[in-house]
Amino acid sequence: MTRPALTIAVPRGALMRETLDLLDAVGVDTAEVRDNDRKLLFGDVGIVTMRPSDVPTYVEAGAADVGITGKDVLTEQDEREVVELLDLGFGPCRMIFATVAVPEGEPDPAAEALRRLGVMRVATKYYRIAARYFEETGRAAEIVEVKGSVELAPLTGLAEAIVDVTATGATLRENGLVIREEILTSTARLIANPVAHKLKSAAIDELARRMRAAYKPSAPIAGGA
Amino acid sequence: MIHPIPNGTRDVLPDEMRELRAITEAMRGVFERRGYGEVWTPTFEFEDVLRRGETGVDPAYRVLDDHGHVMALRPDMTVPIARVVATRYATAEPPLRFSYFAHAYRGVRPHRGQMREFLQAGIELVGAPGPGGTVEALTVLCEALDAVGLRGYRIALGSAALYPALLATFGVAPEVGEILLGALAARDLVRLEREVEGRGLDGALVRVPQLRGGPEVLDEITGGEADGLRAIVEDLPAHVAERIVLDLGLARGLGYYTGSVFDVLDPALGEPLGGGGRYDDLLGRFGRPLPAVGFALHVDRLHLALAGEEAVAS
Repeated sequence: MTRPALTIAVPRGALMRETLDLLDAVGVDTAEVRDNDRKLLFGDVGIVTMRPSDVPTYVEAGAADVGITGKDVLTEQDEREVVELLDLGFGPCRMIFATVAVPEGEPDPAAEALRRLGVMRVATKYYRIAARYFEETGRAAEIVEVKGSVELAPLTGLAEAIVDVTATGATLRENGLVIREEILTSTARLIANPVAHKLKSAAIDELARRMRAAYKPSAPIAGGA
Repeated sequence: MIHPIPNGTRDVLPDEMRELRAITEAMRGVFERRGYGEVWTPTFEFEDVLRRGETGVDPAYRVLDDHGHVMALRPDMTVPIARVVATRYATAEPPLRFSYFAHAYRGVRPHRGQMREFLQAGIELVGAPGPGGTVEALTVLCEALDAVGLRGYRIALGSAALYPALLATFGVAPEVGEILLGALAARDLVRLEREVEGRGLDGALVRVPQLRGGPEVLDEITGGEADGLRAIVEDLPAHVAERIVLDLGLARGLGYYTGSVFDVLDPALGEPLGGGGRYDDLLGRFGRPLPAVGFALHVDRLHLALAGEEAVAS
């Protein structure tokens, strides 16, 4: 078997199924990837699977020629030297600022912390996006970086607010949180290593062309709160 | 005992040093044979002299001397050599040819192949306008890379003036042009396309900077910048021309480039080995207006690419 023209970094998790559907639609056989959930490297078809937040790392280093990941990840890691080629449209989500719901007439805990204590604590997995956002909006925020279940932080008193991504807002609602502000919207993107983008330009342009042709705009992002 | 060293610096021990020396000696031979005399300049200079270069790369490390003058570690060698030409060669008949092997300092995110202190090898050819001067620089570049022993490398060639010319052709307002150039510099083609489509601008502003490949890509554009690139490609010796990949979206980070720019790429490494281009306005800022071209190679990255090519070959 000849070596595939490109090594493609595929995100595990929420974007994986639609990524594999798209790869099937552009002629990359993903049957083996679908059948084998534990295997990470599929050399015959040039697919490597990983966490979405690792995709820019692999692509920047050239360990993968191209990759698919969310705009939220790319914005958080905006120092990565990768070429952003295409908005793939799927995996829509919103980066939001949320605080706990309070009864009518009671002050918002984050606003109250800012007013009385001068600084609010914000839990997030997206340290840089959150820090930049509060800097740009002129609010003093102490960013508390957590690795999972961000919703827990305001419920336990670790923080007064969170910055996180949400697709439907369901998890936020279930944990009594209310979206206060939207920071950015995100969809899946096709990215390429800058060197591969030039030295494998024909293969990468062809892949991007086919993906563009297969593009189906996804449903509008569901309202949050 | 373990004693730390600053982030972005490293020690080079004898085994590695022998390999690095082999690389630099091979290049030194080429530069010398081609008439590029080697120079040293101070590692640190007065910050306002360095800033005169308007490189867009601010010095990352500053110190005060015993008179309170602010001095900075040089972020590259091109600006110091421009200073040398203006002050030490003020009346010398051009063209002037210099080479260097020197450390430079930048406040980057350190990783293998890019430390904050890093060794550059390069040349500057002062007083030789394009396309002839550019052809000479590209030829010396390929000879140096051949001498190092790299086999798979390619030179991506574009022009820093091409996209600004395109913006002027379509009458794009300067503030909009800044936005589009910003998207291009960030390699964000999604944003570039959105900005162009959202403002009802011509699709060529998205299409042209994505043109990459052989000389045929120049058939898709017209104007002086295309003619300039065509003249270079036509004048290149065959062994250099076969290394060239045209890249009409190439934007190099340093602010002083005026015309042709190039990046050295190797399939064995995910980032450029170095690059260069024309900086026809830089010498003027130091009081000796002369056209110039040069390149700088990261010695560490040449080493990594050599090791990578060896691994693929074995």
